[in-house]
Amino acid sequence: MTISITVNGAKHEIGSDPDTPLLYVLRDDLELNGAKFGCGLGQCGACTVHIDGKAVFSCITPVGAIGDRSIRTLEGLGSVDAPGIVQKAFQDEQAAQCGYCIAGMIMRAQALLEKIPDPTDEQIREHMQPNLCRCGTHARILHAVRRASDVMAGVVR
Amino acid sequence: MNPITRRSFLAASGIAVAFAMKRPARAQLAGGGEGGAGPIALAPALPGSLKSSPYLDSWILLDQSGRATVFSGKAELGQGIRTALTQVAAEELDLPPADVDLVTVDTLRTPDEGLTAGSHSMQDSGTAIRNAAANVRMLLLRQAAAILRVGEGDVTSMGDGTIRASDGRRIGYGETASALSMHVEAVPDAPLRQKNQFRTMGTNLPRLDIPAKTTGGAAFIHDMRLPGMLHARVVRGPSEGTRLALPPDSEIESMDGVVKFVRNGNFAAVVAEREWNAVKLMRRLQASPYELARSPFPTGGVAETLKALPARDIVILDASKPTADPKRSVRKSFIRHWISHGSIGPSCALAWLQDDILTIWTHSQGTFDVRRVAADLLKRPIETIRAIHVEGAGCYGQNGADDVAAEAALIAASLPGRPVRLQWMREQEFGWEPLGPGMATEVDAALDGDNRIVRWNYDVWSNPHNNRPVGAGGVLVGNEVVPSFPVPEGKPIPMPEGDGSRNSNPLYDLPNMNVVYHFIKDMPIRVSALRSLGAHLNVFSIESMFDELALTAGIDPLDLRLNHMADDRARQVMLTAADAFGWRKRKKAAPLQGFGMGFARYKNLGAYCAIFMEVRVERDTGRVTVRKVQAAVDCGEVVSPNGIENQVEGAIIQSLSWCTREAAATDGTLRKNFDWSTYPILRFRDVPEHIDVIVEAQPGKPFLGVAECGQGPASAALANALADATGVRFTDMPITAEVVRSAIVTL
Repeated sequence: MTISITVNGAKHEIGSDPDTPLLYVLRDDLELNGAKFGCGLGQCGACTVHIDGKAVFSCITPVGAIGDRSIRTLEGLGSVDAPGIVQKAFQDEQAAQCGYCIAGMIMRAQALLEKIPDPTDEQIREHMQPNLCRCGTHARILHAVRRASDVMAGVVR
Repeated sequence: MNPITRRSFLAASGIAVAFAMKRPARAQLAGGGEGGAGPIALAPALPGSLKSSPYLDSWILLDQSGRATVFSGKAELGQGIRTALTQVAAEELDLPPADVDLVTVDTLRTPDEGLTAGSHSMQDSGTAIRNAAANVRMLLLRQAAAILRVGEGDVTSMGDGTIRASDGRRIGYGETASALSMHVEAVPDAPLRQKNQFRTMGTNLPRLDIPAKTTGGAAFIHDMRLPGMLHARVVRGPSEGTRLALPPDSEIESMDGVVKFVRNGNFAAVVAEREWNAVKLMRRLQASPYELARSPFPTGGVAETLKALPARDIVILDASKPTADPKRSVRKSFIRHWISHGSIGPSCALAWLQDDILTIWTHSQGTFDVRRVAADLLKRPIETIRAIHVEGAGCYGQNGADDVAAEAALIAASLPGRPVRLQWMREQEFGWEPLGPGMATEVDAALDGDNRIVRWNYDVWSNPHNNRPVGAGGVLVGNEVVPSFPVPEGKPIPMPEGDGSRNSNPLYDLPNMNVVYHFIKDMPIRVSALRSLGAHLNVFSIESMFDELALTAGIDPLDLRLNHMADDRARQVMLTAADAFGWRKRKKAAPLQGFGMGFARYKNLGAYCAIFMEVRVERDTGRVTVRKVQAAVDCGEVVSPNGIENQVEGAIIQSLSWCTREAAATDGTLRKNFDWSTYPILRFRDVPEHIDVIVEAQPGKPFLGVAECGQGPASAALANALADATGVRFTDMPITAEVVRSAIVTL
């Protein structure tokens, strides 16, 4: 059957079963690399995308349940040539080792900063808690979120 | 003109056979060596991997425009090696890094440098590329002098791909190189650029892979999409050693969406056009009944399990000198459980059989071994197989990467013309990957009346850590097919690198040392290399003992270490970190606050690392908060300071996760950890509040591997800080909040 979804502002008709997790549609049908398969269980956050601005696990979100809500992926935040503020902050802090978790980290951080532009350190940690990193990049990720917040506030460039 | 070599022609035209046949069969002897046997040394006098690949054009080609292509037999694992090697090449070629393209391990294009493991990449490949590039620059300068008809001392490289004569005339690298052959052996003494001339080394060149990884570029093997690609899933029982009773092939083949069902002995995989269909088919088939087709798992403790197995005793150290009599002694035993590599992205591989050439894309640490394993498994001539490394998620040792690569090869071999992408599921990775081995140690040490350590008896029990596959018996599918390939017998890695014995030889000057490695070849659980191998528990044990001895002696733990350390670089990292931490001025401001340190030189021949830590413990819950971590490292000449800091920060956090959270458990039949809820790792709420890493400048010193140096010292510093905070010596990892709570509740 055909399902209609809106991803990064563009509408797509997808020939998938409605039980297909959104992650597989993004990766296999739309060929978007940002959201990653990590656990398929909503436990690691590598697949984090936004649905109507809220960070969700795309690996456990059936594509048939999304309806007309809008989906945003890492690719929707910026590009290599014009990275978004949070993407740029992660680059500036060199906040990646293997980088497999980083797309999800950026998406989760973006959701926080859109709601709370100037979070406390405690709020950042609490908010980032669902996302796992195995390389131990956490300290840099926390710095990157802080930097993005400062850039948004005009404190640093 | 462009010096078109045989290599560049073949690489461009994709002709694998002719080039591969040029490679001698000696490669069969290579690989597998976590510091063991690597590729054979053809030129022992040359530095790094030039020993096994001495020709310059194995490493560097220059094109007409002066751009360099540099070939490394090492792989980017997320440790930043692509960037560091690019910096090394750019520095010694004296080119801007943007003019250097680095090709990482590919059996068709690059030298065989064995595994990317054991913190060897800078030592092996970095050293080779540095010296090869210095050779190339030396040849370019000579050639330019000849072309410009000036003396060799009258030409200088300018850092922009040009060479300038003292009279002001310039010539480009491309033009100069066109008259040169790089198919010459390196010389060992080509002049290296010195620190005061550096343009690229020692600077923080931003990691080359981070832009794609932060913007959704195709950065990982998981992101590869080949034309007409099929999706495969392996169909297995829940964990190692289980066997499914699957329905007959005909029934499976008639299931909706099955393009191919591959069965060979106990190996089974389902292939579909759409990935989600493959997952659903896998799930349906995995609901079949299963049985355990191996001996039951041990259910006792680590030490009990290991000591019950036959051991070969290997004497690591047996040193004795006349000393004063021992006055006070300390005896402790230490444990580390089996640990999962826990890669965030489960293992993945692609394979494609085209015109009798089988290409495998893999994130294994041993790309040349992936090729050997596939040749063995499929009984194909090795010349008809090409393996290419593509980045996966961080692996930290041997996860499922090698298994999945061999499986993809087997599946693709049955689907000629169609590329196949195989990915393990999270629960398959937890259920089947080789774990980091559980280990046990016992230490008996004594001080004389002057607080000198005069007795040091040390025993370590461990399975082999290096079960890296070099043939089909080393991968799961090899054990499953009919006729099956037997699991090879595990072997210890000899010192000085060691495996379970790694870092069991203290760097400290102890007059009497008796160190025995009880090597246990029979593995009750499937295990292989995990970052730092035995160094994690050995350093934890030694450094915990030093604090216990300092406590007994009533002297500062740092002083006891310095009193027994003659190595100046070791002393320096301890003093640097202590000073930055404020060790001498430390003062407990609250109950259950503590300070601790840990030190090691990785393998006693890699990087030096000292770590100081401040912790607080919550009395009611046992929750440990690491407030401050200060590290200092000395890894020789510094290529990328930020890259080193990143690796050490990561090592500290990962080590804290191992030490406070992690134990892979089994019951009699199954492994018990299948997801992140049953195998919790450190999350944001519990990472240290402040981490700082100081990188010692060591201009002109050889590169020393850094990636694993923090694993032992970080766990040791935590245990020592906890002992300081609570008065309790925690000897068994993981030191969970519950362990801490129940220990202090009785205080």
